[in-house]
Amino acid sequence: MSAPELLTMTSPDVGMPYEWSIGIYGSKFFQEIRAHQRFVGIRCPQCGKVRVPPRRVCGTCFRELDELVPLPPTGTIIAFTIVNYPFIDPATGLERPVPYTYGYIQLDGADNIFSHIINETDETRIKVGMRVRAVFKPAAEMQGNIQDIRHFEIIEVKHGE
Amino acid sequence: MARRVAIIGTGQTHHRSQRRDVNGREMIHEAVQRALADCELTMRDIDAVVIGNMDHFEAINSVDTWSVEGSGGVMKPIMKVTTGGTTGTSVAIAAYYHVASGMFDKVLAIGWEKNSESDTTGAIVTCSDPIWDRYSYSGAIPSLATEASAYMEKYGATQRDAARVALRERTHAQNNPYAHMHGRPLTLDEILDSPMLAYPIKLGDICPRTDGAAAVVFAAEDVAEKLAPRPAWIKATAVRHTYSWFGDVDQRTGLESLERAAREAYAAAGIKNPAEDFDVAELYLPYSYAGLKWIESLGFCGPGQGPQFIWDGHTDMGGKIPVNPSGGVMSTNCIGATALLRVAEAAIQVMGKGGARQVPDVKTALATGFGGCWWSDVVILGKEKPA
Ligand SMILES: [Zn+2]
Repeated sequence: MSAPELLTMTSPDVGMPYEWSIGIYGSKFFQEIRAHQRFVGIRCPQCGKVRVPPRRVCGTCFRELDELVPLPPTGTIIAFTIVNYPFIDPATGLERPVPYTYGYIQLDGADNIFSHIINETDETRIKVGMRVRAVFKPAAEMQGNIQDIRHFEIIEVKHGE
Repeated sequence: MARRVAIIGTGQTHHRSQRRDVNGREMIHEAVQRALADCELTMRDIDAVVIGNMDHFEAINSVDTWSVEGSGGVMKPIMKVTTGGTTGTSVAIAAYYHVASGMFDKVLAIGWEKNSESDTTGAIVTCSDPIWDRYSYSGAIPSLATEASAYMEKYGATQRDAARVALRERTHAQNNPYAHMHGRPLTLDEILDSPMLAYPIKLGDICPRTDGAAAVVFAAEDVAEKLAPRPAWIKATAVRHTYSWFGDVDQRTGLESLERAAREAYAAAGIKNPAEDFDVAELYLPYSYAGLKWIESLGFCGPGQGPQFIWDGHTDMGGKIPVNPSGGVMSTNCIGATALLRVAEAAIQVMGKGGARQVPDVKTALATGFGGCWWSDVVILGKEKPA
């Protein structure tokens, strides 16, 4: 088996001198997005939970993990908010564009929740329980970071009961 | 075995949105002097200091050394403890550990913040994971708002229910001369009509940004009884932290860290029916919806019953379990001091020093701390010395 390619992420703007290690499984997550436009989680053999992004340790069981599980790019909104006030993003030194919708999404096949942006800012058109799908950047533009996922979009409105 | 420990004195500043007249050290000094005066001690009597504020906020590192002239820590054992929103309960619990261990008899806990000097949201964003969470995370308000959205969906709670909590906090603050929002009452309609910051949280649903400091003196049992006519005894403390990434906390359940911390502390203090057994509660409720959901996690009522419990007036002054006679976090939020103020205010209630905000005949009081990554601390204080 060849040595895995290990990614890092450099803070995106204004020359912030930080470089954070993403690790083997985190790197795999972004590589899987680029190669197959899908996600990958990791299963704990003790508690059985599949978590995304994949990480090396199950905090609850405090044991090492190695069983990667492919996950589809779809999920369900379990919580969200529409951010409506301006603030300076410390990652860029620039004002974060508002409004934008910050969502907690349960990816199909995962036991925990994934946080990202949902491209719907009208509060009457978004609800907890709606189905969403990830929209990825074109593979050629991907940089191996969280922005390789442009956002999630609503794919189906849940009707009544 | 741990020694029995009591709070014998508390002090706090008159909290304001901006204190241009003092720097951070001088503001800390005001709270320390008031705490020492409250128990008739001088700084010479203090054996050790534990101090904390929010990392990144004032862009000053090593605030323990930077503030030493104001804290009284010159040439004394001093330790900085900073754990985000829970900093105030962490310094309290660390001071308790200092005394309970038998190594120090009288320990000063200090929490402070000059929010007016900080970029609060920017600083809080840096508490999120830089690789996974920071791109979409936007500080405390939206993070809390997501919890509210899940709670509303699950139980049908409304923005009006949340506004009733905000109304309680603001109304109680009018009895507390130290509160940032003292002298600034609001009506239910004013809260409901306030601008939407992050759906469903409006301006009237969220805590302010405050300049302020708090200090609390902890003493060992033999010392405490000599120094204070009515010390507030520590009956139990519990700390529960959970989270690796924000998504590891499931917003569809109760606040698990608070449920677990409360369970442990209640068992240690013999609390069986919290709404009956506590005479008062000072809860770290940073936004109105927490006043619905988290009282369920604390067992004041069952899941989904928070709104009815609030509308029935059980948490108002004169109710079954008055919550936040001080006006709470939504009336004063000098963040590093905020959770310590919960402990101080609970102690004030046990010591009977609450003035216009005093609940009659308090025997047992609950204080909580909450941190932005969904973790919780619980402190239980009592009038009677623990067995
Ligand atoms: Zn596990």
